[in-house]
Amino acid sequence: MGGQQQKKYERGSATNYITRNKARKKLSLSLADFRRLCILKGIYPHEPKHKKKVNKGSTAPRTFYLLKDIRFLLHEPIVGKFREYKIFVRKLRKAYGKGEWAGVQRLRENKPSYKLDHVVKERYPTFIDAIRDMDDALSMCFLFSTFARTGKCHVQTIQLCRRLCVEWMNYVIASRSLRKVFLSIKGIYYQADVLGQLVTWLVPYQFAHNHPTDVDYRVMATFTEFYTTLLGFINFRLYHSINLAYPPKLHSKSETELKTEHEEDYAMESESYLEKLSALSATLSRVISAPEDEDAELDHFPAEGEDAEALQVREKQQKGLDAQKRLFEGLKFFLSREVPREPLAFVIRCFGGQVSWDQSLCMGSTYNATDETITHQVVDRPNVDKKYINRYYVQPQWVFDCVNGKMLLPVEDYFPGVTLPPHLSPFMEEKDGDYVPPEKLKLMALQRGEKPEEEPEEEEEEEGDEANADEDYDDDEEEMDNKEVRDEKSLKMIEKQRSQERAVSVMVTPGKVKAENKMRLEYEEKAEEKHLAIMMMKKKEKYLYDKIMFGKRRTVREANKLAAKRKAHDETLKANKKKKGKKD
Amino acid sequence: MHAVSKSSEPRKTAKMSKSREKNTKRRVVEDDEDQLDLFKENKDEAPQKQVEKDGPSDGEDSDDSDSEESVFSGLEDSGSDSEDSEEDEEDFEEEASSGDENQGEGSSGLKTKQELSFTKKTQGKPQREKLLVKEKTTAGKTVVLKGVAKDNGTVQGEKKSKGQAIPPPQVDEYEHDTSDEEDIRNTVGNVPMEWYQDYPHIGYDLEGKKIFKPIRNKDELDEFLDKMENPDYWRTVHDKMTSTDIRLTDEQISLVHRLQSGQFGDVNFNEYEPYIDFFSGETMIHPVTNRPQDKRSFIPSLIEKEKVSKMVHAIKMGWIKPRKPKESDLQFYDLWAKEDPNAILGRHKMHVPAPKMKLPGHEESYNPPPEYLLTEEERLAWEQQDPEDRKLSFLPQKFSCLRSVPAYSRFIHERFERCLDLYLCPRQRKMRVNVDPEDLIPKLPKPRDLQPFPTIQSLIYRGHSSLVRCISLSPSGQWLASGSDDCTVRLWEVSTGRCMKTVEVGGAVRSIVWNPNPAICLVAVCFNETVVLLNPYLADKLVYNATDQLIASYVEPEEERPQPVQWQVPEIEDSDKGFRLIITHPKSVKQVTWHSKGDYLASVLSDNSNMQVLIHQVSKRRSQNPFRKNKGLVQCVSFHPIRPYFFVASQRCVRVYNLIKQELMKKLMANCKWISSMAIHPGGDNVICGSYDSRLSWFDLDLSTKPYKVLRHHKKALRGVAFHKNYPLFASGSDDGSVIVCHGMVYNDLLQNPLIVPVKVLKGHTLTHNLGVLDVAFHPTQPWVFSSGADATIRLFT
Repeated sequence: MGGQQQKKYERGSATNYITRNKARKKLSLSLADFRRLCILKGIYPHEPKHKKKVNKGSTAPRTFYLLKDIRFLLHEPIVGKFREYKIFVRKLRKAYGKGEWAGVQRLRENKPSYKLDHVVKERYPTFIDAIRDMDDALSMCFLFSTFARTGKCHVQTIQLCRRLCVEWMNYVIASRSLRKVFLSIKGIYYQADVLGQLVTWLVPYQFAHNHPTDVDYRVMATFTEFYTTLLGFINFRLYHSINLAYPPKLHSKSETELKTEHEEDYAMESESYLEKLSALSATLSRVISAPEDEDAELDHFPAEGEDAEALQVREKQQKGLDAQKRLFEGLKFFLSREVPREPLAFVIRCFGGQVSWDQSLCMGSTYNATDETITHQVVDRPNVDKKYINRYYVQPQWVFDCVNGKMLLPVEDYFPGVTLPPHLSPFMEEKDGDYVPPEKLKLMALQRGEKPEEEPEEEEEEEGDEANADEDYDDDEEEMDNKEVRDEKSLKMIEKQRSQERAVSVMVTPGKVKAENKMRLEYEEKAEEKHLAIMMMKKKEKYLYDKIMFGKRRTVREANKLAAKRKAHDETLKANKKKKGKKD
Repeated sequence: MHAVSKSSEPRKTAKMSKSREKNTKRRVVEDDEDQLDLFKENKDEAPQKQVEKDGPSDGEDSDDSDSEESVFSGLEDSGSDSEDSEEDEEDFEEEASSGDENQGEGSSGLKTKQELSFTKKTQGKPQREKLLVKEKTTAGKTVVLKGVAKDNGTVQGEKKSKGQAIPPPQVDEYEHDTSDEEDIRNTVGNVPMEWYQDYPHIGYDLEGKKIFKPIRNKDELDEFLDKMENPDYWRTVHDKMTSTDIRLTDEQISLVHRLQSGQFGDVNFNEYEPYIDFFSGETMIHPVTNRPQDKRSFIPSLIEKEKVSKMVHAIKMGWIKPRKPKESDLQFYDLWAKEDPNAILGRHKMHVPAPKMKLPGHEESYNPPPEYLLTEEERLAWEQQDPEDRKLSFLPQKFSCLRSVPAYSRFIHERFERCLDLYLCPRQRKMRVNVDPEDLIPKLPKPRDLQPFPTIQSLIYRGHSSLVRCISLSPSGQWLASGSDDCTVRLWEVSTGRCMKTVEVGGAVRSIVWNPNPAICLVAVCFNETVVLLNPYLADKLVYNATDQLIASYVEPEEERPQPVQWQVPEIEDSDKGFRLIITHPKSVKQVTWHSKGDYLASVLSDNSNMQVLIHQVSKRRSQNPFRKNKGLVQCVSFHPIRPYFFVASQRCVRVYNLIKQELMKKLMANCKWISSMAIHPGGDNVICGSYDSRLSWFDLDLSTKPYKVLRHHKKALRGVAFHKNYPLFASGSDDGSVIVCHGMVYNDLLQNPLIVPVKVLKGHTLTHNLGVLDVAFHPTQPWVFSSGADATIRLFT
């Protein structure tokens, strides 16, 4: 027996965590620097399982970092750079104060800077890890690339972001990896399949930003600093993986095509190359000129039983995918001035279509509106002045809906000035029990190859309505006829009742055989059984069970609500239509 | 220095100097010989002018000219306030020589010429001077006064000399000019003139003669008349020192006006002269100065040489290195060229990758299906919610075409919030419970397999007019006794529901128990403070006669013991009702219960003393109080069916006593707030307790003193619990109006725990006054359960 008494909180989870302030002191960094370091190194607080134990008995709300993480930060070279920078700022301030302009100049030249290459490698040891975590990086870069080049952040950052975004878009076009597009009220969501990983990013609509005051741009800038480095390396690797030159170069053939007479009208010489790239209309040059079709055929392995089935399914999927990749192949698009050029050009090019636009809109247009071979013109105005007969005029939503539907949808619904069908989110995958909007059902039917039966249905409905109306009318007549008969009947009934009242209430009535519904009885019995069993549940389980059931009921309720809303909406629409018809 | 002296000159001529400047100038004079010369040169010009203007002052020494300067400066200073009297000198001048106006003008003309010549030189200055002037007006009052005083003196001197027609130039000017700062017309100095209010004079002149006040002081009326009549009134200023009125000349007035409007005092001064840059960047053919070049400009610097040689040495030694070419940051290369496929993401296994953003649903579309748009009420509700509580962070909107979609105002916000989430939010792996709720439901044997148990309501016994508190079955199972708040006891035939007998008692019946001995036909009824043993005459004739005989055969003992209660044989009236014995307690009785043999009877009193439980022996008509101490409020008591144990349920626990050993055996903790009822399993090893906090606790006496199981089947307080004698059933009745029948199997094998399965929820009683079922009882032989309710009915479920 004996031994020293164990002290509390000296082993176990209490020693695995460290509070933020302690960590900061350990690193001897200011809070701002600590935050910046955490952002760059991807260190985040952890929520311990037993908070009270970790907090040494206190229940005060604190953020905890893993001690391992903080120890790991201790020998980070960037920390040294932070300190150097601090000193640099101090020296600079001093030089300014003394008015030593030469000193200021010298200091500025030797401004300490750091590189994040090793951090990227450390945070993403494999390339796939990096791709998996690309969503935020892309969204952030796309946002920063739309910032005005004044205030808020460095112009170089904005330019770099723009460059990286253009490179990324060019890669997606070249690899044809775009899968889904969604026009939301926040911006445009894109989803691409890069090396088997789904990468989703959000691009804001092209408008000037209303910079909010309650946003800390330093934090965003620090994130962007890391993200740009990450994106650069990813782009490099991706370009090389499909044998494209990095930094991207335009194909020499297309470059000559793109050469216009008044290039300087569009952009400065220093920027014109990036602008040409960002036009997204030209193909990129390859390191090794490869044949155009290099899709590796799936090797066929003899397989048996379930494997064979799975293989078949996979083959089918692959086929679908290939078909989707060539969705717009052979189509020639022309974008009107009022449609957003970049997203449309990007999407169309991703699926193999040719695209051009008005020369005054942007550089890189390859053909004019007068080109006879144009198949589709994307317009977003109610009516077009000059129409060509041999092309379809569609609204931009058609392009996006086609991509999401993985097929060319009928263009009739998307003519200019027509009320558009709802634009559905391609990211929603409804499970059973969830509400599925009827448009989605229709789309699914189309995908299965069923022909739309809209019009006949409507007609039928109308006919039915008419028939109903007729019936109603008939009923009215009948009612008129039957009224007298009914009156008599009712009189008789009243008399009967009165006579019954007069008679003594004691009387023997023949018993009726109750028809026992066996199914119903069984169901009731089962329900009761369940009810009794639920009564016997343990408290903990009962709580969980109630919670699950509550959630289930809520989803059902919500689905019902949506369905009811839709029904009401359809009915009002129909009523309006009828009214109009009558007026006509 | 040079510049200063130069500037002072024009100032003099322009009459814009300050008395302060005067001091500096004097110093200048003392210091610089050259300057003095220059000054003197100027002097030569100045006197000419001044001679014409005012005779005596010309030929003055530099000092004297200064004094004059100060006079004008004084005038200038006080240009705006009229009370100052410095101007009188001018006035004087005019008075003295009214005829020489044109002369003065001439002088002014001359003067201006001179000014012009100087102003050109001093373009840079005027601004500063003007500033100084202003400063003066605020600060240097005393100085001004002094100046005035001195000037007065000079003017007086002038006056004198004027009298002599031709003033002798530069004659004894020092004679009376001891101080250049004093106004020498009145020698009182810088004192308040009020001091001379009561005297006929206002001071003394240089010769020490009194200066008399004017004979008649101007009073208000004079002032007024003057104001009305004198056209020059507005330009007249009163000088207190000499108490004379001074009329300002046109020049002075124009000067005042100019200064008031912030212009230069000098009319001819041009503020906007083109700037002449002497030291311009352009190389001129002539040097600005004529100074020969220094020698040092031809000789290479030694210091520089030293420095250069140091640097050369440092370069030689490799201390100084050429500046590194700035590497263009952001060189991208194949970072993952040598990637380790087994590397752990985030370095340790605790790493939690950031969760991805939620993908948008249909409602976020710019053109969503109509059902996803919010209705008016939903929108209002959305707006009133806190931003954190909202299910959607945005309002779904529908736009007819893509071109009408505006920018999303919270875009940057949302991105920023995501950033914050990424680096500030603690991460924790949460296992998502993906449980099929059906799996959570315990697998119980089917009730169908546990039959028989009551399933359906088959009979209702109506007759009572108030709530039926208690029911009891005869041991044969043929009869049912019930006691109610309408002060009656009714006896029913079970199978038909017929009320055989109604016995009126003296109060609301709290408890009724049928004697468990089948050979005796007795019912114990308690109301108020009495317990009545009633013979209902509902059995075999032999049986009830035998019962009567048994009671009658009591022989009184010889020595009567003191009894806590009173045993009485009822009167004839009562005995006709069937009363056989009346036990009167000191307090009201809550409950009675029989021992299984049928001889002993326990009653519970609602009392706070130690006399809460009494045990009566009917055959000997003896009562005893078994407990010495009060151990809490006793709710109910019960005898063990086989052994000599006695269960006493207080509020929170059940105590089990051994009656033979007279000791406490066990204390069962019920884990509830207030026990309402208790029942003992016929085997005697299990007890159930119903409580007012809607729990039913099952105790296994062999297992533990804690409940083996706590059932919370009822929604409201439990009022009665009962075990079946033969079948493994127990029932509980509650205020929610339901009776729940459970299968409670107790195995002989001690290792196997009792099996408890609820088998039926029986409903039938209607709630009255928030009370539902008040008592439940099983049929002794059949699997039937009786329940009495607050709706004055008794129901049979079979």
